[in-house]
Amino acid sequence: MGILKHAPASEQAAVGVVNVSRRRFLQGSAGLVLGLYLAPLVLNGSRAEAQEGAEADFEPNAFVRIAADGTVVVLAKHLEMGQGTYTGLATLVAEELDADWSRVRVEGAPADAERYKNLAFGMQGTGGSTAIANSYEQMRTAGATARAMLVAAAAERWGVSAEEISVRQGVVRHEASGREAGFGELAEAAAELPVPQEVTLKDPEDFTLIGTLNTPRTDSAGKTDGSAIFTQDFTLPGMLVAVAAHPSRFGARVVSFDDTKAREVPGVVGVVQFAGGPRRFEGVAVLAENTWAASQGRDALEIEWDDSQAFSLGSDEIMARYRELAEQEGAVAAQHGDVAAAFAEPATLVEADYEFPYLAHAAMEPMNCLVELGDERCDIWNGEQWQTMDQQLVAELLGIAPENVSLTQLYAGGSFGRRANPHSDFVLEAVSIAMAAREQGIDAPVKMVWMREDDTRGGYYRPMNFHRGRLALDAAGQLVAWHQRLVGQSIMTGTAMESFMVENGVDATSVEGAANLAYDVPNLQVELHTPDDIGVPIQWWRSVGHTHTAFSTECLIDEAAVAAEQDPVAFRRALLSQHPRHRGVLDLVAEKAGWDQPLEPGGEGQRRGRGVAVHESFNSFVAQVAEVTVEEDGSYRVDRVVCAVDCGVAVNPDVIAAQMEGGIGFALAAALHGEITLEEGVVQQSNFNDYEVLRINEMPAVEVHIVPSTEAPTGVGEPGVPPLAPAVANALFDASGERLRKMPFARRLSV
Amino acid sequence: MATLTINGESHQLDVPDNMPLLWALRDVVKLTGTKYGCGMSLCGACTVHLDGQAIRSCTTPVSAAVGKEVTTIEAIGEDRVGKAVQEAWRQRDVVQCGYCQSGQIMSAVALLRDNADPSDDDIDSAMSGNICRCATYVRIRAAIHDAAENLA
Repeated sequence: MGILKHAPASEQAAVGVVNVSRRRFLQGSAGLVLGLYLAPLVLNGSRAEAQEGAEADFEPNAFVRIAADGTVVVLAKHLEMGQGTYTGLATLVAEELDADWSRVRVEGAPADAERYKNLAFGMQGTGGSTAIANSYEQMRTAGATARAMLVAAAAERWGVSAEEISVRQGVVRHEASGREAGFGELAEAAAELPVPQEVTLKDPEDFTLIGTLNTPRTDSAGKTDGSAIFTQDFTLPGMLVAVAAHPSRFGARVVSFDDTKAREVPGVVGVVQFAGGPRRFEGVAVLAENTWAASQGRDALEIEWDDSQAFSLGSDEIMARYRELAEQEGAVAAQHGDVAAAFAEPATLVEADYEFPYLAHAAMEPMNCLVELGDERCDIWNGEQWQTMDQQLVAELLGIAPENVSLTQLYAGGSFGRRANPHSDFVLEAVSIAMAAREQGIDAPVKMVWMREDDTRGGYYRPMNFHRGRLALDAAGQLVAWHQRLVGQSIMTGTAMESFMVENGVDATSVEGAANLAYDVPNLQVELHTPDDIGVPIQWWRSVGHTHTAFSTECLIDEAAVAAEQDPVAFRRALLSQHPRHRGVLDLVAEKAGWDQPLEPGGEGQRRGRGVAVHESFNSFVAQVAEVTVEEDGSYRVDRVVCAVDCGVAVNPDVIAAQMEGGIGFALAAALHGEITLEEGVVQQSNFNDYEVLRINEMPAVEVHIVPSTEAPTGVGEPGVPPLAPAVANALFDASGERLRKMPFARRLSV
Repeated sequence: MATLTINGESHQLDVPDNMPLLWALRDVVKLTGTKYGCGMSLCGACTVHLDGQAIRSCTTPVSAAVGKEVTTIEAIGEDRVGKAVQEAWRQRDVVQCGYCQSGQIMSAVALLRDNADPSDDDIDSAMSGNICRCATYVRIRAAIHDAAENLA
């Protein structure tokens, strides 16, 4: 998800979030002086209390707990769905705490927006590649505060001045007397001390963890021996598994159903019809003692659906309508100069249309959610990506207070945005099933699980898009005009973010990456059409609008470079005079990829090529060079991708590299295979056989280079994705002379 | 009632014969390290060993496992190759979301038992049935090479 970062504070209350005043960070003369938000740790009722530590534990603030055995527990306000947030947040705390990394553990924080809100959103949630960016000072401060209190406790115990005490790798030491103590020995005494109101953070030159390779992932062990617990794995006593039947068309209703055969399946306990909503399925769920029985029971249901109000267009019809819309002027998203005049007599015109399909997130763990309903309360266990939204919407559905909805954050088996649904679709479905079951007297915790087919057909896709681009160059090959029309559904319209994300008919996430084009061009116009009658549920998908805007803009600029008979790197570079960080990654990637040297030729009958793309997203800058080989029969593969990233201070360089590698693979899956299509409103794909993703045999070699920087850290979960597809398309053009403008790419190039 | 030997222990399971081994392991024996991803042998998240061979437990009925040794991710560390693969995975920090990695590791162990020094092509061919949506493939290749080296 890539949103909300623009949200003004005044608007945040619109989604029912109490806006707690937070003392602002103050820049002082002696380093950074911090006003710290500290409140007594009050959690949401019975279930959440189980997360609290033993009584003797030292909890200097909401983010750190030190046990008597010296274990440092970091409470992560952000979900770990693969992007290394747990490791990153813990690194920030451990750095300032001078903790022993091997003694640091991470737990998911409970739902509590006041304490655990994302400072970029004003509510609790993970997305927009903000986890480390918004936590950089907050988590370091939490660590520094805990450290100061441990030092004060030691000073008091030893009768020495705090200034004489040092801390290193979890050991507090008084050099002069040789006395030392572990964190655990001081924890109880430290807990009795007042919390310091000001702490000084380290000079970055003194970092021993941030920016190093000394922080292996905190979740590696549990994720390699089967012990890491995902929602799919979590159980409660007496829990039933629910598998639901959804309609095949979005918006269809249940007319009637026959559950005779379903109830005959051994292990099936009940069958319930559950209510849906304007943006989520209604359907019939089978509750059973195990997943197999529930899914067998579901498959045995006979349901009559009413499709009269359902969406019934096919992808081809949608795209044809989008093409028609692109003939007309749209809402203006960005404009300067006079494009009409500039296009009057261009020396060279570049024109291209781009098509993008719906894309499913297809996380390895299909959507699921565990719900336990009580009187006036609801407890949820989930790979929880958007606590505040889910808590609010679940409370509304149940007619209870949000504070009576607890959310326990488990590991998520991938998400790529899907688990932060703006309408809480699958979470509300789980709650609806539990409500319907309870009304039938089935009063048990219910774990709703979507099977793979349900997940693939579950909607909330990356929207289909159509882009039309026109570029004008003058006789000297200078880019003089840039005109784009984009057509696609709005993600933000109809959500709680609409009021601040959609302005004058332009959803900022529809045009991000195009409306703020980095290239110097004297005349620019970017327009948007937002059809509002397409009933396919849509959502952010790893890098959101950049998934399509980076492709069209970076392919268009490449076409312009070729038209101008200039080198694609040099052409871009010359147009980035106002964007030094774009230039920085472009220069680095060109150097590391050996751009100034000829590409090693292929074998007999093979054609090789390379292409480049550079793009900013989520305040990070990424450039990639892709190298490809095209075979005689037109088949091709991506051999190598060289990637340069500037994300400010590199907190965990190895995690950054991993996110670039993973983002490249994720983006390549979409470029080569990703496509959800509809026929008469029915999704045609179901599982990994027809919704193909990337497999290891298609994964290129990847090299990642990080620009050294002292800028504030920015995100890495998403920014590796956008440049990949255009870099590959540009490389395939370089090899073959054929431009690919439709995603996913054709399997074979014209021979 | 089926009697299965799982990670060296005998289990009496009161489940239908046609229940896939995956669900017996996860929902009945409560060994949840083996994951559901597709139910059709398409993704490999459910990979376990049956008499040392890597199989997809989501399409293997419980009846097919009777009288055979089932090994899951929870016990693979007791095996020399399994331990080396786990160690290599940790040294490289292969995992991201981690959901597919039990299956990846089980497939990698089976590969290294058959081929002590696999090439990249051998790895790609042996591991292409295991999907990683986080695309940790670069590190999977490297970790398998590391494990092979450490076992040599």
